[in-house]
Amino acid sequence: MHHPDKNSGLRVRIRQQTHIPLDAELACGSGDLLALVGPSGSGKSTLLRCIAGLYRPAWGSIICSGRIWLDTDRHIDRTPQQRRVGFLFQDFALFPHLSVLDNVSLALRDVAKSERKAAAADLLERVNLDGFEDRLPTTLSGGQQQRAALARALARRPEILLLDEPFSAVDQVTRRKLRLEMMQLVRQVSLPIVLVTHDLDEACMLADSMCVLHGGKTYQQGTPREILERPNSANVARLVDVRNLFEGRVIEQMPERGITRLAWEGYQLEAAYAKEYAGGDRVWWCIPPTGILLHSRLRPSKGEKENAMQGHIIEIVRVGAVTNLIVQVSRTRSKLHMDCPPHVVTRNALQVGEHVGVSLLQRSIHIMPWQS
Amino acid sequence: MAHMDWTAFALSLRLSACTVAILLVLGLLVARSLAWREFKGKHLLEAVVALPLVLPPTVLGYYLLLFFGRESVLGSALESLTGQSLVFSFSGLVLASVIYSFPFAVQPMLRAFEAIPHSLREAAWCSGLSHWQTFWRIELPLARSGIISALALSFAHTMGEFGVVLMVGGNIPGETRTLSIAIYDRVQAFDEASAGVMSLLLLIFAFVTVSLVYVFTRQPPRHR
Repeated sequence: MHHPDKNSGLRVRIRQQTHIPLDAELACGSGDLLALVGPSGSGKSTLLRCIAGLYRPAWGSIICSGRIWLDTDRHIDRTPQQRRVGFLFQDFALFPHLSVLDNVSLALRDVAKSERKAAAADLLERVNLDGFEDRLPTTLSGGQQQRAALARALARRPEILLLDEPFSAVDQVTRRKLRLEMMQLVRQVSLPIVLVTHDLDEACMLADSMCVLHGGKTYQQGTPREILERPNSANVARLVDVRNLFEGRVIEQMPERGITRLAWEGYQLEAAYAKEYAGGDRVWWCIPPTGILLHSRLRPSKGEKENAMQGHIIEIVRVGAVTNLIVQVSRTRSKLHMDCPPHVVTRNALQVGEHVGVSLLQRSIHIMPWQS
Repeated sequence: MAHMDWTAFALSLRLSACTVAILLVLGLLVARSLAWREFKGKHLLEAVVALPLVLPPTVLGYYLLLFFGRESVLGSALESLTGQSLVFSFSGLVLASVIYSFPFAVQPMLRAFEAIPHSLREAAWCSGLSHWQTFWRIELPLARSGIISALALSFAHTMGEFGVVLMVGGNIPGETRTLSIAIYDRVQAFDEASAGVMSLLLLIFAFVTVSLVYVFTRQPPRHR
């Protein structure tokens, strides 16, 4: 992952109290894909429209590739026409009265008129749409329309690509195909790419970096893994659907052993040392499903000493290549969600209702500040 | 012997053409802002635009006389400025027709512009097209059939206008006697034959216009 320096990539800071409240800060390096995630109505699309210049926030600054697109303090506000944005709209927004070729050539503003057709044809070839030049957009499939829209976005010679829920208008089956296709194409250009999506799996799959939004406020930006495993608040954890999220209390700090000890529903847990907290503090903590180990009945393994507890399986769901187990922890009201490979379930003949031992890996336990 | 009043027919055509030309510009402006802009008093403007649909032509004529008559402040000012009164004159008729046919021009245009998704205009801006280029290359072609029916309807509506013309224009041959006034005039004079010829002409004219509107608006978008 590249890190945005002064003259490349995108940096956005936006604040607004009235109308649609916004309080956002994000950055995206050249060649990186940043996913804006959050529930519907969280301001993802508004933020994207701010970047494109289609919405003007009360206060903000947007810098792209070293150029100032918006700086309300200095009264700079470039129009969408001046910003060089490749915007991929949710409904593709192809001009229905123009052929695919004309849709693309219309956006080739800096190419001489006589060369536009040829340049547009080149772009269509790049998105594998050669042969469709004379077709009207309505006669294309969803995927073809999307590629035509991408060709049009690229025709602008953009300094950034903005993708607004590009896969939500198509059905589940074509979605996966489209994602792959689209990402191969998009990755060829070395631009900052901002993707708006409400689909967390999609964000995790495609993004280098993820920014969590809620109520117009950006809460955290980081790699998908950072955000899922180390959310900086219980709020973020909930927004990205962290399933193992619990309340606890710090018992004692043991920096010499690199451990913070937590009390949780009558259990004592050892977590990776988190220096921000003091003994007695109420906290939230979470653990990714991959941080929970199932004790093997056949041969005990090393990790089993860490935060061992007993429980029984209340649900087994196979999702693709992993099996989700939900374990009711004995003597508590809490449930643990864990992932394990299907062959482990088969080999151990796991069934609903069965008693199991699990261990919570110390370094996977992540502590967050208290909030009610 | 049936007598066709060609002067009246020509006047009606001229009046309709002037009215439609003004309504094209005015209608586009109003319809676009009603379709896409949010502003204070939008509902009021919508109501005002639709008002002539339900207002008796005589009432509209009465108020035009009241505001533009020789005795009114506005009317006398205009007369001293242009040397011509708006009442009982062709320009007065044009003004009255523009107001009276306004809803017939704005409504179809408004529907047409409303049907254009906002994202298309935004896509045009993001593609580097100025607002003016967006209007020419995207909005106008997409609203084409709506605009054509707006023009055809207001043309036909002006051709058949009677009440407002009688109130504001009177019955001056070559200046304010339109075809529909001529028909009325003939009927009053028991010249049924002439009235019949002219009525038939207007009937055919109206029928052709409305048919053309249907043909244009039902036509699927052009394939190229």
